[in-house]
Amino acid sequence: MLEFIILLILVIFAFLSLNVKNLFTASIILGAYSFLTCVLLSKMLAVDVAFTEACVGSGVSTVLMVATLCKVGFKTKD
Amino acid sequence: MKIYYKLVAILLLFFLISLTFDFPVTGDLTSPANLNVSPYYLENSVKQTHIPNVVTTVLADYRGFDTLFETSVILTAGIALILILFKSKRQKYSFSNLPRTTKGTDLVCQNSCKLAMPLMQLFALYVIAHGHYSPGGGFQGGVILAASFIFYAISFGVPNALNRFFKNKRQMLAYLGVLIYAGVGALCVILKKKFLEYVALKDILRVSDEMAHSYGVLFVEIGVALTISIIMFACYVFLATGNSFDDENL
Repeated sequence: MLEFIILLILVIFAFLSLNVKNLFTASIILGAYSFLTCVLLSKMLAVDVAFTEACVGSGVSTVLMVATLCKVGFKTKD
Repeated sequence: MKIYYKLVAILLLFFLISLTFDFPVTGDLTSPANLNVSPYYLENSVKQTHIPNVVTTVLADYRGFDTLFETSVILTAGIALILILFKSKRQKYSFSNLPRTTKGTDLVCQNSCKLAMPLMQLFALYVIAHGHYSPGGGFQGGVILAASFIFYAISFGVPNALNRFFKNKRQMLAYLGVLIYAGVGALCVILKKKFLEYVALKDILRVSDEMAHSYGVLFVEIGVALTISIIMFACYVFLATGNSFDDENL
């Protein structure tokens, strides 16, 4: 049941991250998406993959996206 | 026009969802993933290597080539990113001679960074060295180490971080990481075994066959962690500054 709820939230987050106007919000939503994936993986007892996802997916890649946005601007044109 | 994109995306979504019904059930013993090599790994890895975490054994021992070239791919990707973003003509400072500035930084950030950074680095080292027993290993530990550098760069500014961690061309340690990995493999060849066959190390280290595997995996993890941490930090530096280090945004 928990997995079903998380998968549903994942779809909602993926949809939201494509539709928000502010790119900073989008990258933070993608970080939350990665963290929920990490929860899902640890629910499946794949702890190593979950740990990697927590470090790389929701940690450093979010920081890298925000760092890039500092350079190119936070507003999207479409 | 935009509605068509959404239509295509929704159709693709349903197509992909319909494909998932063909997947084997989680934990299905007759699925292909559980039939070929997995039982062998699960039964023999602890006997052969004395490493309780089977994932580490598979990553660094049974599939050592895979991890070696993964590390090389990350090194290559980092070099490519640096080559794209690096323009030496506009560069005002060289890496080794950056000015120490505190502009645009915050006292709260700096003090919390000073408190948290030793703990982060200690945890990173724990993850690298304890990858045999608990989840973790070179990749994760390297990323946590890079996260601590990035934390310092955010709170003290990129020039200070570079001054502190990457003086005297210390970024060359990224190459050393891959070199350690490939060097361990080459050492095994020199000692008349196959490439990355860690049993060859037992004469140098004076341990049993199994512990030779364990130490080999440890050396390899250290190499991976060096490469990953420095490449990740370089990615942050070049993406955040885009080669102008006196930027106001930082």
